[in-house]
Amino acid sequence: MSLDQLTNEAPAYNFAYLDEQTKRMIRRAILKGIAVPGYQVPFAAREMPMPYGWGTGGVQVTASVLGESDILKVIDQGADDTTNAVSIRNFFAKTANVDLTTHTSEATVIQTRHRIPEEELQEHQTLVYQVPIPEPLRFLEPRETETRKMHALSEYGLIHVKLYEDIATHGHIATTYAYPVMVEGRYVMDPSPTPKFDNPKMHKSKALQLFGAGREKRIYALPPHTDVVSLDFEDHPFTIQEWPDTKCAMCGAEGVYFDEVILDDAGNNMFVCSDSDYCETRQSEGHLGPLNADYKERMQ
Amino acid sequence: MSLDQDLPLLSVKNLSHFYGQHLGCKNVNFDLYPGEVLAIVGESGSGKTTLLNCLSTQIIPTDGAVFYRNRKGQSDNLYEMSEAQQRILLRTDWGFVRQHPRDGLRMNVSAGANVGERLMALGDRHYGKIRDTALDWLEKVEIQADRIDDAPRTFSGGMQQRLQIARNLVTNPRLVFMDEPTGGLDVSVQARLLDLIRRLVSELGLSIIIVTHDLAVARLLSDRIMVMKDGKVIEQGLTDQVLDDPHQAYTQLLVSSILHVGS
Repeated sequence: MSLDQLTNEAPAYNFAYLDEQTKRMIRRAILKGIAVPGYQVPFAAREMPMPYGWGTGGVQVTASVLGESDILKVIDQGADDTTNAVSIRNFFAKTANVDLTTHTSEATVIQTRHRIPEEELQEHQTLVYQVPIPEPLRFLEPRETETRKMHALSEYGLIHVKLYEDIATHGHIATTYAYPVMVEGRYVMDPSPTPKFDNPKMHKSKALQLFGAGREKRIYALPPHTDVVSLDFEDHPFTIQEWPDTKCAMCGAEGVYFDEVILDDAGNNMFVCSDSDYCETRQSEGHLGPLNADYKERMQ
Repeated sequence: MSLDQDLPLLSVKNLSHFYGQHLGCKNVNFDLYPGEVLAIVGESGSGKTTLLNCLSTQIIPTDGAVFYRNRKGQSDNLYEMSEAQQRILLRTDWGFVRQHPRDGLRMNVSAGANVGERLMALGDRHYGKIRDTALDWLEKVEIQADRIDDAPRTFSGGMQQRLQIARNLVTNPRLVFMDEPTGGLDVSVQARLLDLIRRLVSELGLSIIIVTHDLAVARLLSDRIMVMKDGKVIEQGLTDQVLDDPHQAYTQLLVSSILHVGS
């Protein structure tokens, strides 16, 4: 092959980058994960053309479940327009040529880094999480052999030791993300570093939820309508984050997960929806927040 | 209950363990009764720790059986239980106090969490009650209540060892294994720890199997003593009897090698 050909001819990728045998292997792991909700299924994660920590696990899961008729949405911390989301979306645009969207309701597959969309997901949708550390017991028990045994025997006293420490140190359960959950009363699961605000959305969700950890080579899953209960103490029950008297500065939404945006050096700030599609949809429907450019216009 | 007191808690039959060709311990037989303290003494490499690890199901012996009488009065062979049952025994009915506190404690979580871990493993989900129980136990092992939120790595060696004891006793176990619990402590701290163990044994009616190379510890704590050499039990009997009138040459050597300062 001449140098000219090598440099000019686009390499022929298989649909969605991974070869079919690899996809079969990953689908088998996904099926096993669905059959045993919350159980971490080992799988032979491949090297992906992106660094670990950028969503190599989620990308492999997405590549394996994606079909030609699927419509893909990718979010990073709730937003469609941040680096991670944009690069993964471009990756699949190039290698799978599927339709892309930013609208939650239109998507059939949503890959997410650390948020669940505000809009309720439906039966025909699949949510794929990027997971850095799938083992909820890891920070208290470093041995993999031991944590596997603890999962096998349902020995989960240790996870409460962590919550106990939180209360002893901070006076309340200070874990705000990667908040451990009990799945179907059997496996304790790390819901990936989503804020605990999103934990209740996992419970009995209508959508299929898949979790991929590329570096740690684990896949786990929550089939639709699965019981997902956040762990707590009787006298310190589970609560989600709240922003009392706070409205989104752009769309005026309340009771959603907010990002704080610093406006200047004088300590002024504003809160906006972390879910960019939710915020934009509300704005297009005519809901406006106090700092929205159209807001003043309307007030006049 | 009186009937139970007459039956052994632990019954060891022909226990042998080999590491490949190498002998760990051979043909060990003994019964342990409720409330009894048994000391296993011998030099390094005599198979004491191997025996203790076999008894506590941390290693499965090559040959032999150990029967444990549970709270319902049934006597089961430990090695025929499932691993799940063995692990439940280890964290409820039994305790294991290790020579190095860092092997028996979680060094990076607070003292209170260390004591509460077993309770949470058993399904206690009330923070306030767990904390009260932890405070109660810290007091029993003479650790100040205001240290409850401190990590064990900020504790002295003697305090760490006492914390380890509290952590093990919080579920009211019936049988506690101790592997050189006073090793590495200075003499006055040792004396205080031995005092504490003696008090807890009499208050709680614990059965203890303690491995030590220190005959003074054995004499202070134990009712009965077992002398091991080269993996075999060479002499056993009441502690005072064995130590005052040792029959085996090796035991005589051990007893005569104790330093008597000022006598």
